[in-house]
Amino acid sequence: MRAPAALAVLLALLLTSLALAQNPAPISVISAAGRRALPATLVNGQEYVSLDDVALFLPLSLREDRQGGLIITVRGKTIVAPRDRPLVSVDGRVVSLPGPLTRAGTRWLAPIDFLPRALGPVAEQRIEYRRASRLLVLGAVRVPRVTTRVEPSGAGTRVTVEIAPPAGVMTVTDTDRVVVRIDADALDVAPVVGTAPAVAQVRADPPASLTVLLATPSADAKTTASTSDTMARVVIEIAPASQSPDTSSAAPPQPAAPAPLVIAPAAGGVRTVVIDPGHGGEDVGVKGPGGTLEKQVTLDLAKRLKGVLEARMGVHVVLTRDDDRAMTLDERTATANNAKGHVFVSLHMNGSPAPARTGPAVFFMRLDREGEDTRREAGAQALALPVLGGGTRIIETIRWDLAQARHIDDSQRLATLLAGALQGRAAAPAPVHPAPLRVLAGLDMPAALFEMGYLTNAEQEKGAATDDVRASLVQAVYDAVSRFATGPADAPAPAARAARERR
Amino acid sequence: MRRTMLFGLAGFTALALLGWGVNVGLQYLGRISSPDVPVAPTPPTAPTAHITATLFYGAPDGLSLAPVRVDVPLAEGAVAQGRQIVRALLQPPPAPYLPVIPRGTTLKALYLTTGGDAFVDLSAEVSTNHPGGTQAELLTVYAVVNAMTTNLQGVQRVQLLIDGREADTVAGHVDVRRPLERDPSLVRQDPLPAVQ
Repeated sequence: MRAPAALAVLLALLLTSLALAQNPAPISVISAAGRRALPATLVNGQEYVSLDDVALFLPLSLREDRQGGLIITVRGKTIVAPRDRPLVSVDGRVVSLPGPLTRAGTRWLAPIDFLPRALGPVAEQRIEYRRASRLLVLGAVRVPRVTTRVEPSGAGTRVTVEIAPPAGVMTVTDTDRVVVRIDADALDVAPVVGTAPAVAQVRADPPASLTVLLATPSADAKTTASTSDTMARVVIEIAPASQSPDTSSAAPPQPAAPAPLVIAPAAGGVRTVVIDPGHGGEDVGVKGPGGTLEKQVTLDLAKRLKGVLEARMGVHVVLTRDDDRAMTLDERTATANNAKGHVFVSLHMNGSPAPARTGPAVFFMRLDREGEDTRREAGAQALALPVLGGGTRIIETIRWDLAQARHIDDSQRLATLLAGALQGRAAAPAPVHPAPLRVLAGLDMPAALFEMGYLTNAEQEKGAATDDVRASLVQAVYDAVSRFATGPADAPAPAARAARERR
Repeated sequence: MRRTMLFGLAGFTALALLGWGVNVGLQYLGRISSPDVPVAPTPPTAPTAHITATLFYGAPDGLSLAPVRVDVPLAEGAVAQGRQIVRALLQPPPAPYLPVIPRGTTLKALYLTTGGDAFVDLSAEVSTNHPGGTQAELLTVYAVVNAMTTNLQGVQRVQLLIDGREADTVAGHVDVRRPLERDPSLVRQDPLPAVQ
């Protein structure tokens, strides 16, 4: 009795070890719903996936036929897989596979190539498998390939990042790192080629950033970006440590950076912030008693804010105008919506019939009866549609000129955070008012209008011209936006929710 | 002799007719050049009929609207009464209140709908002479909206028109594309003295 028992144990151990050895790393599935893992199994040297796992992100139904084959139905079309034959009939067309579909217990397994070759045509969407990086890309998501090369360049080091197909690139240089932010949904990152002492690490940060950590803080790193038809390229030239300039004397003055510069991940899904400098061109806005024009103050603060938000939060900042030109309110709204902003802040200087009136104020959109009706109808008419990657997508229909209706709660929170950030910086607390403001009505994102002070007051007019006051105002907006991005403790980050809705 | 008398009678008659014609003609010319209203109307010897309306002026704090009881001439019908109310509102406010309607602004037209909406058409000065700023613009818009909805029974919403046309805003901030309801939040709650 002992010998058969020992043999059984040995066999079990052998099978277990074989099974463990045969399980490769999961495949990463990237779709509009995000990233998820798809377990893979090796069968006869081929990578197989379970169709039950595939059904979690791609609606399909399975039915076995009498001959032991399998019939798969996707979107009303059928794929017939005969037993033990490395081919399938896809809607009447024969497609060859590296191996047959096979049954493993209660589960059906299919070669990974089955997904792009057979499921792709009937699912009527792109299903691309990138074998080298083990990525399965579903739908119209942008996942460029990123290759990084580290090599010596003279006495220094050169890091070359190539993105194909080309995508928008923004680089943020800090004392100990260079962050390359790529306008994409995810990255297909190849292993880094080469090493150099000046580079401590190159790492990919979700959703689409590459961070080059420098071995020597305060090293002089210069970046250049170029784009061709086939790829975008970022070259980072790192000077040798001995040639690094004295940053304490050479660093340009930061317009509004009283706090240390820290690269924080784009929290809560806030990736794009839209700043709207009020007025412009012939529309000068409020004119102070000393001749200061509102349009000039708002533009200067917007430019400062862009630098601070991009450097500290790593977000992309869009200005509705970056020079002195007139813009209609609809153009401002369209700029923000087209940029798919996650937060919108409109900058203004206030006016009052009482010259003594001072202090900031923050506004968010107030809905009238029509707006409230629109908001309710948007919720009532919401459609829950299944999406790739599992789950559902809520589609809300709403009037374009009342798009702000479904962001009112988040906008109020943003306005309240902004008022809170002004405490201690302004002479008086900033009230938060709901008001029917035209520039906010059509914005499809949380939005607030910030009246930074009364330009009709001579003292505030003088103050608004000083660097200290402007830096303080910029810091307040930065504090509010960064806190807003992290979201309330008891709720999902609003920006993440907005991003989810936008997908 | 008889012939001479006939000529004399005919000449007298002709002169009389000529004089009568000139007199009638002068009277006619005088009538068509007279205005419908007296050129120099005599001032009323008795006080005209009026209503006591609540108008909204800028409060001294520059942040809110102050409700002020003001005598406004009585008019026949809601539309005419609405015009009187807006015209009174467009006048410079008494001290210590602050003007929130830009100087030079006039009422061009006023319409009421059966659905409770009023359309107040103001001249372009309400926009071109506006000092700007969200707060000042809110006070301008809601001074009109609150006055109409407070004093005219049945008026629930007010839309501002500028120079006969629908407008986006008065000064770049407040959305006036649709009729607005009264906003009591902009009104001071503490009572202010009445103005006669």
